[in-house]
Amino acid sequence: MTPRESKTRTITIEPLTRVEGHGKVSIHMNQQHEVEYARLHIVEFRGFERFIVGRPYWEIPVIVQRLCGICPVSHHLAAAKAMDRIVGGEMLTPTAEKMRRLMHYGQIFQSHALHFFHLSSPDLLFGTDGTAASGFEAPVEKRHVLAVAAEHPELATQAVMMRRFGQEVIFATAGKKIHGTGAIPGGVNKNLSIAERDRLLAEIDQMLVWTRGALGIAQSYTMDHLVELIPFGSFDSNHLSIVRADDGALDLYDGVLRAIDKDGHRIVDGIDYQRYLEVVNEEVRPWSYMKFPFLKSLGPEHGWYRVGPLARVNNCTFIPTDEAEAARKEFMALTKGRPNNITMCYHWARMIELLHAIEVIRDLLHDPDLQGADLVVQGPRREEAVGVIEAPRGTLFHHYRVDANDAVTMCNLIVSTTNNNEPMNRAVTKVAKDHFSGKAEITEGLMNYIEVAVRAYDPCLSCATHAQGRLSLEVQLVDAAGEVVAFRKA
Amino acid sequence: MTTGVDTRVLVIGFGNPARGDDGLGPALAERLQALSLAGVTVESDYQLVIEHAAMVAEYDVVVFADAARDAGDAPFYLRALEPSHDTGGSTHSVSPGQVLAIAHACFGKSPRAYLLGIRAHHLDDFVERLSFEAKANLEVALQALVDLIGRAHATA
Repeated sequence: MTPRESKTRTITIEPLTRVEGHGKVSIHMNQQHEVEYARLHIVEFRGFERFIVGRPYWEIPVIVQRLCGICPVSHHLAAAKAMDRIVGGEMLTPTAEKMRRLMHYGQIFQSHALHFFHLSSPDLLFGTDGTAASGFEAPVEKRHVLAVAAEHPELATQAVMMRRFGQEVIFATAGKKIHGTGAIPGGVNKNLSIAERDRLLAEIDQMLVWTRGALGIAQSYTMDHLVELIPFGSFDSNHLSIVRADDGALDLYDGVLRAIDKDGHRIVDGIDYQRYLEVVNEEVRPWSYMKFPFLKSLGPEHGWYRVGPLARVNNCTFIPTDEAEAARKEFMALTKGRPNNITMCYHWARMIELLHAIEVIRDLLHDPDLQGADLVVQGPRREEAVGVIEAPRGTLFHHYRVDANDAVTMCNLIVSTTNNNEPMNRAVTKVAKDHFSGKAEITEGLMNYIEVAVRAYDPCLSCATHAQGRLSLEVQLVDAAGEVVAFRKA
Repeated sequence: MTTGVDTRVLVIGFGNPARGDDGLGPALAERLQALSLAGVTVESDYQLVIEHAAMVAEYDVVVFADAARDAGDAPFYLRALEPSHDTGGSTHSVSPGQVLAIAHACFGKSPRAYLLGIRAHHLDDFVERLSFEAKANLEVALQALVDLIGRAHATA
């Protein structure tokens, strides 16, 4: 991978590994071998919103799960929340709302555990020895959960068991581990039996212990490598999420829109997400199928924002479970109470949410409302509705119009990874400028720097593009003449 | 090793039923489940994931059933499987060999394992049905699987 003389180069990383989906990174270099800019291209076709049109509204919470095999519950619930309003049933019964919350926090738990242990832990465990020189250049054969299993079998075992527990929560609430049917317009189609509750409760203490351990790993890793991590793919940004309506608490199932700037000043707050189009717009750029959302009040240049665990922990006023709130306070102390804009702190924030999720699951399992029999409500019919949820990767918008014949006539989805499009591009550019400039040779280890930065966001590119088929991610190096001079595909 | 129907057999049929013949694995699981064979647990999923390792570790014999492009002219193949330490293709799904490797590393278990590859003819279709040819292959593969389970119970 020797660069050509007297030309700008573009490095293409294709595919990126240990992310969910297919994408390509191109790194454009000038004649002095300095990085001018980098782009995360999403090259799959976005078409799912069109597939939905014409389908009856009651099918949608099930159909939209086909967007993704890793976070189908998020799409299931976001669509169900929109359809609740279509049937006038948005004031769910206690049993219905708590069953959905249990399902959702089970999804958060399994997704965050999978990402931390399976996708990211090889970077954290093998990628650096604490010196700036080592960075994330672990041998490629070590960047895999099998290497974690070989050298840290106790962590790999926890990953397997925590992921399985989350899937069991989903199974108990949605009826299936993948593509469940639990949420229906206006409610749910089942409650939680005593036997199901007791099976889950039997494991809850162990899950709490392992979750505390995972949080400890993320926190100590961050603090031990702070000098390297603070600049790694980092930049100031706005942050967007929903928060609980009455007090701004972290709430991953429902709430109102809040956005803050890099200093913590509120840009929007308390906005009903039915009005999301007054707050958010999307920009199209010709080199990517993934749109670039931004806050309307600030415009595309200054209004882009981050979503997901980092944004949520920054955005919320507090976390309404004891241990996660204590962890949040320690997290915020790192930046003296101001928003944390360190990209690699996504991992720490994600583990705080993992702890919050298991606390919520524990508390819900002790709530007798889950055994209630009042499952569905309906009210005045509507023709248009928005459902929003905080998916594992960030804020997820589902917007539908339904005609008098019950057929969907319009669907607009802004998924979590799309919300993080501009930040991921900035992270790639920052890492490329910091680590690739002036390099005569691009090594496999250096390639992984790009992937580490993207992976912090836990992107799901299949969700973001609504693509079908085989998914992967690639990287290329382009010279000043626009010629591809290096290419890597895992 | 246990004997007779005490031998714990797990069959995991995996694939996407919405992609034509890719649904052969789940279809086989459904057919096998209907037979209610003693000592046999049947699982059906879209893909293999890491928690399958915990399930696999609880059985003596494991059969992964999948749609196959590499069966040649044969309706199916049945191959013995070993743990795989291949680190390629790593997103959120894992291969049967990787499931076995994780089961061994995490739980110290190495069940006897097989891959039942059923020949697929139309893998790229967006339809929730099997092709005529795939259905015929499924029947032959199912009988072979039942025979394998019988032998596992008889000779364990």
